[in-house]
Amino acid sequence: MTLPGEPELQALHLSLTVASRSVLLSLLPALAIAWLLTRRRFAGRTLLDAVVHLPLVLPPVVVGYLLLLLLGVRGPVGQWLEQWWGIRLVFTTNGAALATAVMSFPLMVRAMRLSLEGVDTGLEQAARTLGAGPFDRFITITLPLMLPGVLAGAVTAFAAGLGEFGAVITFVSNIPGETRTLPLALYSALQSPDGDALAARLALLSFGLGLAGLLGAELLSRGLRRWLGR
Amino acid sequence: MLEIAIRHQRGNFLLDVDCSATTPGVVALFGRSGCGKTTLVNLLAGLLPAQQGRICVDGQVWLDTIAGINLPTEQRRVGYVFQESRLFPHYSVRGNLLYGAQRQPDAAAGAAQLDEIVDLLALAPLLKRRPASLSGGEKQRVALGRALLAQPRLLLLDEPLSSLDAARRDEVLPYLERLRDQLRIPMIFVSHQFDEVLRLATEVIVLDGGQRVAQGDLSTISRAPALRAIVGPQALGAVVDGWVQESETPGSGLTEIRVGNGTLRLQHRGAQSGQRVRVQLLARDLILATQEPHGLSVRNQLRGTVQSISADADSDLVEIDIGGATVVARITREATLELQLQTGLAVWVLVKSVSIQGHTYSRPTAPAN
Repeated sequence: MTLPGEPELQALHLSLTVASRSVLLSLLPALAIAWLLTRRRFAGRTLLDAVVHLPLVLPPVVVGYLLLLLLGVRGPVGQWLEQWWGIRLVFTTNGAALATAVMSFPLMVRAMRLSLEGVDTGLEQAARTLGAGPFDRFITITLPLMLPGVLAGAVTAFAAGLGEFGAVITFVSNIPGETRTLPLALYSALQSPDGDALAARLALLSFGLGLAGLLGAELLSRGLRRWLGR
Repeated sequence: MLEIAIRHQRGNFLLDVDCSATTPGVVALFGRSGCGKTTLVNLLAGLLPAQQGRICVDGQVWLDTIAGINLPTEQRRVGYVFQESRLFPHYSVRGNLLYGAQRQPDAAAGAAQLDEIVDLLALAPLLKRRPASLSGGEKQRVALGRALLAQPRLLLLDEPLSSLDAARRDEVLPYLERLRDQLRIPMIFVSHQFDEVLRLATEVIVLDGGQRVAQGDLSTISRAPALRAIVGPQALGAVVDGWVQESETPGSGLTEIRVGNGTLRLQHRGAQSGQRVRVQLLARDLILATQEPHGLSVRNQLRGTVQSISADADSDLVEIDIGGATVVARITREATLELQLQTGLAVWVLVKSVSIQGHTYSRPTAPAN
C-alpha cells in the first residue's frame, strides 16, 4: 500500500516534467516556423502551414501511431537514434514530451504568428537604417515586441501539454513513474474498481493547475505589455 | 556630392530620376503626393530593392546595378526620419537615441555625441521616458536625434512634419533649421508643403509623375513654371534671399532687410544684423506702379525693371528685376494694358509689410559685400 497522495504527486510531477520539456523542445522550432510562415513567401508555404496544423485535426491516437512508426524501436528514425546515439524514446518520459510537443506545436505557432503579424515592420526598417543586421534586428526589435505572443504560446502549449492523453498513451504507453501523467493516471484510476477517490483528487488537481496557469499567464503578460510600453 | 540616377518601375508608375546635388546642403524633394518622393527616398536608403541605377554619396558608391554593387541599408549609414517617428516602444528615449550610435564603427564617438544632440534638440527632460508617453512633436525630435547619432553620411527626412498639427510643426521646424545651420550633414528633405521647403531647402528638386521636372536654388525654383502647376496660382511667389540691415528699427519696430537694390521692411523678431533672411513675396500680394507713389500705407517700395510678362490662367505674371533678385507679380491683363507694361520698363513694386514673413536662413554671417 503506497502512502496516500503518492500516485497523485508522482503523476503531477510527471505531467509538469513532460509539459515543460515539451515547451522547451518546441519553442525554437515554433519561432522559426512562425517567422517563416509570416515573413517569407516561398513555394510549399501553404503545405508547411497545413502540416503544422495537422495535429489539431488528426485524432491524437493517429499522431501517436505515426510517431511510433517513425520513432519506434523498429522505426527508421528510432533505429538510427538508438544505434548511433543510444536514445530510446518509446516508453520514456522524453518520448511523452515529444508526443506532447507535436500535439501542442500548432497552438504555439499560431500564437507566435499572431504576435509577429502585429509587429510593425516599419520598426525593423528603422533599425536597419540605424545599422542593425538581420539577426541583430530580430533579437533587439522583433523578438521583444512579440514576447507577449511567445509567452501566450508557451503557456497555452504548457497547459495543453499537462493534459495530453491520446498521443502519449499510444506512443509511450502508460508506465507509472515514467509516462503516467495526470490524465493517464486519472484514466488508470477509473479502470480500477476502488479508484474513484483517487480519480476525483486527480481531476481536482488538474482543474486547479489549469486555473493557476491561466491566471499566472495573464499577470505575466500584463507586466510584459507594460514593459513594452503599450 | 550626391549623384542619383534611378529607374524604377512599379506597376505602370515609372520613377526616372537623374540628378546631382552639392553637399552639404538641404535638398528638398518637392512634389504632389504620389509623385515618387517616398519611393526615391526608400531607394536611396536601400529599403526598396533597386531595379536599375546608380547612387553615389560623397564618393562612396551605394548602388551601381551595372557594376553589381548594392550596399545593404544597414551599411549605408543613412539617418532616416520617417513620417511616423517609428521609435522603438520597448526602449526609453535614451535607448532609442543610442540604438544607432552603438552600431556604428566608432561607437564611442557616437555615444560621446549624445550630449551635443540632446542639447541641440532639447531632449534632456525626455531621456528617461518611453515613446508612448511623448507628444507627436517630441517623438519626431527624438527620431531626429536617433538618426543624427547614427553618424549618418546622408540624412533622409521623409515628410517628418506631415503627421503633426500646425502647432507641433512650428515646434519642430526651428530644430530642423538648427540642424541645417549647425551640422554639416547632407540632407534630403521630402515635402509637399512649399512653406517647409521655403524654410529649409538650399536646393530644390521638383518631382512630377516620377520625373524630375525642375531643379535649382530656391529663388529660381520659386518662379519655375513647373512649380506653378503644383502649388497652384494662389501660392505662387518668388523667394528672395536678403540680409538684415537693421533689426527692429527704433520707432517702427520693423526689421529692415536688404534684397537686391532695395530694402524690405517687415515684422521679424530676434534677428541680428547681417543675418541672412529668406522672404517669399506672393505674386498676388504685389502691386505695380509706373510712377513713384505717394500717400500710401504700404511700407515697401522697391524699384525695378520689367524682365518678362507671361500669361498665366486669366491674368499676367510679370517678372521684375530688383537688382540682383527677381520677384513675380500677378496682375490682371487689363492692368498690363493700362500701364503699358513691357520688358525694360522701370516700375515700383509695392508690398505691405504685414503680408510678408521672413525666415532666418543661417547663423549670423557678415553680408556679402
